[in-house]
Amino acid sequence: MPISEDVLVVGGGLAGATTALAAAETGASVRLVTYKKSTMRFASGLIDILGYTPDGEGPISNPYDALASLPEAHPYSVVGEEAIREAFGLFDEVAGDSYLGGHTDANALLPTHGGTVKPTARYPKSAANGLASDGRDALLVGFESLTDLDAPLAADHMAAAGVPFSVRGVTLEFPVELRADAKVTRFAKALDADENRARRRLADAVEPHLDGAERVGFPALLGDEHGEEVRADLSATLGVDVFEVPMGPPSLAGLRLEDRFFAALDEAGVRISSGNPVVDFETDETGDRIEAVFVDRKGQRVPYHAGQFVLATGGLVGKGIDSSRERVEEPIFDCHVPHPGDRYEWSDADAFGDHAFARFGVVPDEELRPTGSDDDVEFENLRAAGGVVGGADFAAEKSGSGISLATGLVAGRNAGTEASQ
Amino acid sequence: MSDAENPSEFEPVQVFPETEEMDLRPGADNCYKCTTCDTACPVAEVDDGFPGPKFQGPEQWRLKRKEDEAVDDSIMSCSNCMRCDDACPSSVPLSQMHNTARGEYVDEQMDKLSREYLRNRILANYNTLAMLGSKVPRLTNAVMGNSLVQTVNEKLLGITGEREFPEFAEQTFREWWEERGGPQVRSEEKRVAYFHGCYSNYNTPEVGKAMVRVFESFGYEVVVPKQRCSGTPMFANGMLDDAKRAAGINAENFKGLIPEGYDIVASCTSCSMSLRQEYPELFDIDGIEDVSNHTYEAVEYLRIHEDLRGAVADATVSDQSFAYHAPCHARNQGLDRQAVELFRELDGVTIEDVGDSCSGISGTYGWKEEKYETSMAIGEEMFDHMHHAEGDVGMTECPTCSMQMNHGTGYEIKHPLQLLEEAIV
Repeated sequence: MPISEDVLVVGGGLAGATTALAAAETGASVRLVTYKKSTMRFASGLIDILGYTPDGEGPISNPYDALASLPEAHPYSVVGEEAIREAFGLFDEVAGDSYLGGHTDANALLPTHGGTVKPTARYPKSAANGLASDGRDALLVGFESLTDLDAPLAADHMAAAGVPFSVRGVTLEFPVELRADAKVTRFAKALDADENRARRRLADAVEPHLDGAERVGFPALLGDEHGEEVRADLSATLGVDVFEVPMGPPSLAGLRLEDRFFAALDEAGVRISSGNPVVDFETDETGDRIEAVFVDRKGQRVPYHAGQFVLATGGLVGKGIDSSRERVEEPIFDCHVPHPGDRYEWSDADAFGDHAFARFGVVPDEELRPTGSDDDVEFENLRAAGGVVGGADFAAEKSGSGISLATGLVAGRNAGTEASQ
Repeated sequence: MSDAENPSEFEPVQVFPETEEMDLRPGADNCYKCTTCDTACPVAEVDDGFPGPKFQGPEQWRLKRKEDEAVDDSIMSCSNCMRCDDACPSSVPLSQMHNTARGEYVDEQMDKLSREYLRNRILANYNTLAMLGSKVPRLTNAVMGNSLVQTVNEKLLGITGEREFPEFAEQTFREWWEERGGPQVRSEEKRVAYFHGCYSNYNTPEVGKAMVRVFESFGYEVVVPKQRCSGTPMFANGMLDDAKRAAGINAENFKGLIPEGYDIVASCTSCSMSLRQEYPELFDIDGIEDVSNHTYEAVEYLRIHEDLRGAVADATVSDQSFAYHAPCHARNQGLDRQAVELFRELDGVTIEDVGDSCSGISGTYGWKEEKYETSMAIGEEMFDHMHHAEGDVGMTECPTCSMQMNHGTGYEIKHPLQLLEEAIV
């Protein structure tokens, strides 16, 4: 078995990366196998613990205080507060000085590109001047061709949400001529390289619209490698602070976070295989232990052996949970995913109602091993982390990244410790 | 009554009839326009006139459903790096769509007497050019290195004069293979058929020799069937008929070996990509699935079947440092981290990945006079990272990436198999 490790993690999102880092910290040899580019690039870059209770109450001011009210089956209840704190410690180490929010247990309130205000535990430094709890008047700037942030609309939304400052939005033309559907990465590159004095000209274009605003928000595209410099230049010319508004996919803030995590994985000596999906597995004779997973190489099945395995393939959106007209399933190991037999009970008639599908996922034991319908573990050496774990409506609760971090830490650490024994 | 009102009576029906023609509809329907592919496209990153892969693929495909819609000529600016395939979270077959659209554009819309067509045809058929040139390697090298010839190439054919034509080896790999008397190891169990491709045959036979020696040292019987170009430059230039001919010959020459226990290994990652992915995606040829399913990149094959990690960890080589660049086509096969993972455990070696940017040459793309600047602009990031890396020797699996690396930095470039040979043979 040439390709063999102590711990093999399936999935390269936030949960998979955290699992691999936690496992590597125990001294185990670790491989992370991921089909596609990390899903971190689709994320806003905001890192939440808990913004709303499962009953929809909130925004919660201190997420740790609200943990006790969560149901027993919630992933946070399974791993406990201490694990969440440690996981955020790990996150803070990886993110370094590029993220803020770790100085307090309380949630910060961040404006989003839709103009809503989101409770979150950690946020990129570039977004810091945008805090909704900050009383300074703000101007939001959008760009003609970039439909992802309609600044006047987002500003109206924020005002309607009752933020404690006045906010206006204006749509401008980007000072460098780009193609009509240029992506955020192209904007960022123009500012990074200061093409045609883009920074100065952008500030000059914004300046007449300031009208007393004490800070200016832009879509998150203010440079990539030289973001800090871009913000400083804009701020110096405008004479006010600038900030980035977190955006939807493809998201630069998410890409930057992905870079941080993958650099940390490299640093930790984690081996990474990307580009091909895990499609199958084999067990020992008892059927209780997984010996290898198979990676599909366009028709070839390549075995990857390990002592311990962690499933971090995401939920319904990430395709770690799949559904047909008949059933909901976890496609690699076919772990038990409880769901109503009648598919019309999977969702609620109200679009923003209480959907059963939002909580679909594997059912973990206290060590995060998926269990079967008989409550016994599916496999002795398989754990699960992140969106594939059921029991939380993370989109409604604003708890997705925190669950990924906390379950990743516990699954990775347990797998690493057990593998090294 | 609508289905929503009476769900129990709703049953899905086959809306679209079965078709014999290539139908990319399911792939196009999987695109939910997240535009991640556009952010991964190296051409769109530097060329503001290039509508990215989302347009070239699913959008163009949908537009064309309404008939009479010609393929947009910007398809010829796609370099076929295939990064969009890897970036798509929804497994939309973007490169297959691009290849199909490019083939149709060249077939139906390109003037066959134009300079561009002639030039592309010549570049796409490097195989033929190299076969002729390598018969008199010294003369060819002298002629091709002549600045007057380079100027004529540029003015007459549109092949850039900025690049130095790769030198032909004085002895091709196949000549060496004949001279040594073919396989030196015979085995019933461990057998591979080597797809050397054009470049390691005509230009860098040392890579082919390294492959043979490394595999023989692990006890493999290596055979070297007759072969044509893998087709990579033909796909990239929309010359699908040429590619299909080459694929047919390659399939014919390799498929018979598979039942005898041979797997196919390639040292060039674009060749393995082509046999493995593009052949079955684009052509319906007898045995082509079999060929695809049994094709591997050489180092990958050893990683899967031998304790390569152990062999490398036990070895020592003289001190050397490498700046490694992962070719886009290696990336698409999941091989982008393989060389660094392997050699960072080799005593004496320092190896550093120079980042995930594209080298910019993309085979024949960077040889085109009108694409040269785009090609160098894409490569800028890689050159920069190479200069900042500790290593002063480059490393990559792809022949044209290595040309670009050398062209942009002046570094000598090695193939991983050469270092592997030094370490374990």
